[in-house]
Amino acid sequence: MKNDDKPSLAARREFLSKLGRAATCTGAAIGAAALGVMPNVSAKSEPAADAGSFPTKDYDWSKHQWGFGVDATKCIGCLRCVEACKRENDVPVNAHQFRTWVERYVHLEDDPEVHIDSQQDPVNIEASGSEKEFRFANRYKDAKVDKAFFVPKLCNHCTHPACVQVCPTGATYRTEDGVVLIDHGYCIGCRYCVQACPYGARYFNEEKGVSDKCTWCYHRITKGLQPACVEVCPVGARVFGDQNDKQSPISLFIRNNRVQVLRPETGNAPNVFYVGIDKEVN
Amino acid sequence: MEPIIHFAPYTGWVYPNETVFEWSVLIAVYPYLTGLVAGAFTVSSLYQVFGFERLKPVAHLALLTSLSFMIFVPTPLLLHLGHPERAFNSTITPHLTSAMAMFGFFASFYVALLMLEGWFAYRPFIVEQAQKRTDLLGRFYRLLTLGSYDVSEHAMRFDRKWIFALAVIGIPAAHGLHGYVGFMYGSLKAREWWSSDLMPVIFLFSAIISGVSLLAVLYVVSCKLRKITVDLACLKGLAYTIWAFIMVALVLEGLEFANIVYKGREGVDMIMQYVTGPLLVPYFILQFAIGAITPLLWLSYMIWRGTTGKALVVGVTACACLVLFSVFMMRWNVVIGGQEISKTGKGLLNYHLPFFGKEGALVAIALTLAPLALLFGLTRLFPPWADDTTHAHS
Repeated sequence: MKNDDKPSLAARREFLSKLGRAATCTGAAIGAAALGVMPNVSAKSEPAADAGSFPTKDYDWSKHQWGFGVDATKCIGCLRCVEACKRENDVPVNAHQFRTWVERYVHLEDDPEVHIDSQQDPVNIEASGSEKEFRFANRYKDAKVDKAFFVPKLCNHCTHPACVQVCPTGATYRTEDGVVLIDHGYCIGCRYCVQACPYGARYFNEEKGVSDKCTWCYHRITKGLQPACVEVCPVGARVFGDQNDKQSPISLFIRNNRVQVLRPETGNAPNVFYVGIDKEVN
Repeated sequence: MEPIIHFAPYTGWVYPNETVFEWSVLIAVYPYLTGLVAGAFTVSSLYQVFGFERLKPVAHLALLTSLSFMIFVPTPLLLHLGHPERAFNSTITPHLTSAMAMFGFFASFYVALLMLEGWFAYRPFIVEQAQKRTDLLGRFYRLLTLGSYDVSEHAMRFDRKWIFALAVIGIPAAHGLHGYVGFMYGSLKAREWWSSDLMPVIFLFSAIISGVSLLAVLYVVSCKLRKITVDLACLKGLAYTIWAFIMVALVLEGLEFANIVYKGREGVDMIMQYVTGPLLVPYFILQFAIGAITPLLWLSYMIWRGTTGKALVVGVTACACLVLFSVFMMRWNVVIGGQEISKTGKGLLNYHLPFFGKEGALVAIALTLAPLALLFGLTRLFPPWADDTTHAHS
């Protein structure tokens, strides 16, 4: 060894002092880095800022702030929205994976329990006869119904999305115009986002090996069209528009109604606003 | 043709997308393996850093065990990914807000640390073999010396300093690695069963007891295979360690459950229905009664009575096996149990574990046992036995 001639005590002292200095520097660096990183790690993440290589020409995502409204008092549970979404967005043809779904809440006379089902319920699938078309079975026709209503559900495109926070690669992100999207070319398929979403809005596409969910039909809205589910709704239970435009359907919907969001306690700050839902809905 | 997706039967009201279980048994195996790594490293640190001399016979075995399991930790995750070929996306372009993104860095750092510490610990042996052997293995050892053949007392002192420093750094690294695994679940607010501040520490302490138990079993089995007598002082040291940590682990789990019940937030009715129904056997009977309370009482009895000899060996080994089982059940009850309780708080799902297939029981068992095969190979190349005269033990 080259340092053999050095007295061992001095060498040890030198080593320890170097180690001490290194530890101090590392500690300082980690501390500084932590201070810088902490705001970013918080759930309150910022949306993507750069328009970059946007596929639709003449679309400026900094000029819009999309929002979605659901008037549950209008929904008749026809499920046209669910079928339209499946076709428009190439959602797997089965009764277990949806970008949007409709829930039915039924209160029966002398029964304190609320009965909830959705189009995927085996009884409803049996009534529709296939997993391509969806119907709500008339299962309560012989019962005395106190109260019943439908609630359309979809991704809430939260301002502080838990799914975006946990994505290890950044494949899922929030756009400048307020839509949460997934880059299917970058998603590794770990499904952490599926677990993190408190609304059950995400599913895993086994064939593509990636997570998937509602995009508010981003390919349509950036061309000035409505999302497919809004387009086909026969009763206007689904409302969509630009919150930056004070006269848009969504702005009027929010202004003219007492709206609420699902699970506000999560801090996710959803951007799907509901009217006419009951205490059991979450 | 077999369908790609297996749907889970359910009762009550669950979100339509929840009827597919997204995290399978492999995601239960992953924290199990990580826990064994952290626990085994704890034993190595107790000797290297805290001077528990009686653990000397297992100190090097602990290092090799830790390394063998750590190498296999990413495999269940890789098998589970929809796009394993993109796995490095999370390391090349990590998303800083994601707990999962940091895994690659933590894991790589820890593997490097283990290899470095192992190299220092085995340097005298490597040098000796490099000088003695002329065959192909000799070449392998010569390569491993990295050109350093100095095994003088001065150099050894230097090495010991490094081993100590690495072991000190390794303590927060190993335990941080596993605490972070607990954070991955505990930080998810979508599930009441997971969302708990105690989750990281619960994972940590269950990890420690599992790793120490694994070493106790490995040590006894290795002694039997090598036809040498078990060092009872060492085994007792391991038993004390299990005994001490199992109590903390039990208290933490009890507190966690008490918190859920006592706070009684939305969805607690479903949790109560779940734990007193489908989870009764896996949670209260298998994980707690058989896997944790039984070994705790048994170990307490042996410590109280001063049991020694064969009864001690059999007792500690049996307790260690029970603890290993209990900790696996804990991982299962967290990962699978968490998904069996619907996010709606109004329904329960039922996970079916397939035997075959990429995410079946067979693969899970193979992945849990694979590190042992690697460990067997490593002990051939780097004998960790303190009694072995060919090995200049530090």
